[in-house]
Amino acid sequence: MAEKREKDESVLGLKLNSRLLELLAKLQEIELEDFEMEVGDLEVWLQPGAVAAPVIAPPKVAPPVKVKPTQIIEVEFIPPVETYPGRVVEVKLGATKSEGGTRGKTVVIGGETTPAFYTFERPTPHQPVISLDVFDMEVPLAKAVKMHVKDVLGDPAAWAKLAVEKFGADMITIHLISIDPLVKDASPKEAVKTVEAVAQAVDVPLIIGGCGDPVKDADVFQEICETFAGERFLISSITRDMDVERCAKFIKKNGHVALSFTPMDLNLARELNRRLYDFLPKEDIVMDLTTAALGYGLDYAFTNMERARLAALMGDPELAHPMSSGTTNAWAAREAWLKMAPEWEPRELRGPLWEVVTALTLLLAGVDLFMMMHPAAVKTVKDVIAQLMGGKSGNADRLVEWVTAKV
Amino acid sequence: MSEREVKGKIGVKELSPIDVYKLLPRTNCKECGEENCMAFATKVVNREVPIEKCPPILKKEFEKAYKQLKEMLKPAIKEVVVGTGERAVKIGGKLVMYRHELTYFNPTAIAIDITDEMPEEEILSRIKRVEEFRYEYIGQILKLDMIAVRSTSNDPDKFKATVRKVAENTNLPMILCSLNPTVLEAGLMAAPKARPLLYAATKDNWREMAELALMYGCPLTVFAPNNLKLLKSLAKTLLEYGVEDLILDPGTFAGEGLADTLNNFTMIRRLACKQGDELLGFPLMGVPMTVWLESAGIAPEIVKWREAYLAAMLIVRFADILIMHSLDGWALLPNVVLRANIYTDPRKPVAVEPGLKVFGTPDENSPVMFTTNFALTYYTVASDIESAKVNAYLLVVDTEGIAVDSAVAGRKLTAEKVAEAIKASGIENKVKHRKLIIPGKAARLSGEIEELSGWQVLVGPRDSSEIPKFLQEKWNP
Repeated sequence: MAEKREKDESVLGLKLNSRLLELLAKLQEIELEDFEMEVGDLEVWLQPGAVAAPVIAPPKVAPPVKVKPTQIIEVEFIPPVETYPGRVVEVKLGATKSEGGTRGKTVVIGGETTPAFYTFERPTPHQPVISLDVFDMEVPLAKAVKMHVKDVLGDPAAWAKLAVEKFGADMITIHLISIDPLVKDASPKEAVKTVEAVAQAVDVPLIIGGCGDPVKDADVFQEICETFAGERFLISSITRDMDVERCAKFIKKNGHVALSFTPMDLNLARELNRRLYDFLPKEDIVMDLTTAALGYGLDYAFTNMERARLAALMGDPELAHPMSSGTTNAWAAREAWLKMAPEWEPRELRGPLWEVVTALTLLLAGVDLFMMMHPAAVKTVKDVIAQLMGGKSGNADRLVEWVTAKV
Repeated sequence: MSEREVKGKIGVKELSPIDVYKLLPRTNCKECGEENCMAFATKVVNREVPIEKCPPILKKEFEKAYKQLKEMLKPAIKEVVVGTGERAVKIGGKLVMYRHELTYFNPTAIAIDITDEMPEEEILSRIKRVEEFRYEYIGQILKLDMIAVRSTSNDPDKFKATVRKVAENTNLPMILCSLNPTVLEAGLMAAPKARPLLYAATKDNWREMAELALMYGCPLTVFAPNNLKLLKSLAKTLLEYGVEDLILDPGTFAGEGLADTLNNFTMIRRLACKQGDELLGFPLMGVPMTVWLESAGIAPEIVKWREAYLAAMLIVRFADILIMHSLDGWALLPNVVLRANIYTDPRKPVAVEPGLKVFGTPDENSPVMFTTNFALTYYTVASDIESAKVNAYLLVVDTEGIAVDSAVAGRKLTAEKVAEAIKASGIENKVKHRKLIIPGKAARLSGEIEELSGWQVLVGPRDSSEIPKFLQEKWNP
C-alpha cells in the first residue's frame, strides 16, 4: 500500500467515509425500532395462511387439461438435520482476576457441533468475535483505514483504547512489528513494555502478534508469556519453522493459548497441531489456516476452512480447533485501496466493503475469530453475526412487496 | 470428507468411472481423443468432457445406454436456461453442495432491475450500464448477466411497453416480475420468443403462472417466502402441471430474517444434493434488492452497502441467480470478483507456469525482476510492465500459486527458491549486471537472497503499479 497515495486524500472521500460510520451507527437505532415492531408482526407470520393475496385476474386462456392438478398438492418438508461424530473444542481467551489474569472480560470460541450457521440444525454455541489490529509503530496503511486511526498511530495503547471504546473490538491484536531484526530489532523487554501499556489501556483479551522471524518471535513470546503469566493471551503465531517444543512449553507453563499457523494446507495444519499436542491440551490451541484476500485466493482460503470445519465435525480431532482469520489481509488486494476509474469509486466505500466480503465469506466457512481493521467493516460483521445468532424471523407479508416497491 | 460419508451411504451423484465405463461401447476406438474407454469414463465422471464426445454412443444401437448415462450424469440441481441465443444464461446445473467436492458450474447470474414506471431515459441508461459493465480479472472479463423488469404500476399496458423497450435495446435475458398474471402475460406478449424467466408463481396465482410458462415455453420462479413446505408443495404441483424448468425463491431477508434465509437456502441445497430430493433440485434465487424495502430514511450508500454484502453471502451460500438494484461499481465489484473466485475449479490452482518471461526487447542492461506464479499476481505485474512499455525480464518463481505476502509468510517463497529460479532460468547468460529487483512485500528476504544467489538485491515497490516509476528513478545497471 503506497504511502504516496495517502497524500492525494480527497476531501470528498474523507467526508463520505466518516459519514459512513455515522450512518451505520444511526442505522443501529433504526433496527432497534424495527425490532420492537416486529414482535407484533411475528404472530401474523406464524399463520402460514395469512400471506397477503395479490390481485389475481382470471386467466385468459384455460385450455382443457387431462390430469393437471387443480389445487396445491401438499407434500411434507422435513428439515435435513444430521448429527456429527465430532465437535470443535472450546477455547477460552483472556483471564479475569479470579482466573489468574487481569482482564475485565474473557471470550470463549469454538464448541460447534454443526457447520457454520446451520442453525436449523443446532444453535451456534459461541458467537464469533472480532479482534482489532494495533501496530506498535507506523506501518503503511490504506488511506480509508488510516483516516480513522491517524491520531493514535505510533501509540498502541491509545490505539487499543479507541478500537475497544469506539469501534467495538472484542479483543485487541498488538502487532510487534518493531521487533523484526530487519526493521528495528526492538528487544523482548521493549515488547513487554508495549504489551504492558496496551494491557493497562484496555481490559479485553489480547492477541500477541510477532514479526514473522521464527527465532526472534520465540524469544519475544517467551518474555511476554512469562511476564504476563496467567493472562491467557493468544500467541500469534506458532509456525512450523519455529522451535515448536520450546514455544509450546512456555505457553503452557504460563497459561496462554497458541495460535497454530499454517499456509493453506490441511495436512500441514494437522502436522503442526500434532506437534503441539505433545505439550499443550487441545483447549489451548486455536488454528489459522491463512486468509487470502478477496480476488487474491479467497476461494482457496474459503474451501480450506470449510473442509477443515466439516472434517472436524466428521471426527478429525486434529482439525477440531476454533479458526482464526487474518481478515486484514483483504487490504492486500489492490482493489481495496487503489484509486481506480470513476465507475468503481469511491474507494472509501470499496475498501471496507472488500474487507466485509472477505470476512463474511469466511464467517460462512466457520471462522470463530476475525482480526480486522476498518471500523465500518467491523460494525457490519458484528451486525451480521448478531442477526445470525439470535435474529428474528423475517416478515413474509412485507417481503412480497419487493416486486412492486418503488425505489 | 463430505457429509455423505458420515451417513455411510452413497450420495446421489457419487459415480465411479466403472459405472460409466460399463455403459460405453468399450471398443477403445479413440475417436473421443482418449487412449481408451476407461480414460474417457474417468474424464466424464470428473465432468471434464461431456458424454457426447464419444461418437459411437450417439448411434441408434446405443440409444438405451446413452439415456442411462444421461440419467446417471444428471446434476443434482437442474440446469435451467433463460433467454435465447448467444446471451442466454445457464443457471444451476450444480453437481455438489460444497465446491471442494468437485466444482461449482454456472456462476451465479446477476440481474439488475428496472421498472415500468421509470422514465425512459433512466431505463435506457440502466440498460447501457448493465451492458457496459466489465472488469478484467485474471484474463477473464467479469460482467452482469440479466435485466429484471418489475411492474410497479400493475398496469398491463405499461409493463408491455417497458418489456418491449428493453427487448429493443438489449438482448440480455430478462426476468419478468409481477405477481399479477395478467400483467405478466402482457409483458410476455411484447417478447414472446425471448424465453424470459417468469417471476413468480405463488400459492395464489400458481395455475395462471403455470399456464403462461407452458404457453410461452418459459422457466418459472416459485416464490414462497419463509415457507419451505409450501415451496416444495408448489414445486410438486407445478411439475405435475407440466412445468419442467423451475427456480426456487424461499425469500431473501436482510436484517431480521437473515438467519432464516441462510437456513432455507442451506436446507434446500442439502436436501437436493445429499438426499436426492428432486422437488428441491432446482436453482435458487436470491433477491438482495429486498433491502430497499427497509430503505426509508436511510442514506442510499448504506442501503447499497447492505445489498452488496447480502449478495456476497448469498453467492457463498448457494444462490444461482440474484436480482439487485444498485448499479454502483464499488458495490458490484467485490461481488463479481467473489463470484469468479467461488466458481473457479478448486482442482486446478490459479497459477501460471513459472520461468523467465520477456517484456519488450530487453538487452544485457535491462532490469530483472521477480514475482510469484499466483495467476493474479502475475497478470497484475505483467499488465503494469506492459502498459509502461519497458523492456525487462520477469522471473516467475514457483510459489505453488500463492501471492507474495502469503507466500513469504507461509515459506512458499524463500531465498532458496529465488536462487534456484535464477539458476534455472539462464538469466545469467542474458544480462551482464547482477541486480535483482524484488517485490516490496518480499523485502525481508533481501539479505538471504543476496547471500544465496550472489545477486545484489534492490527492494522494489510494494505494488506493481509503481514499477515504471521505480525503474525510472532507481534502475542504473
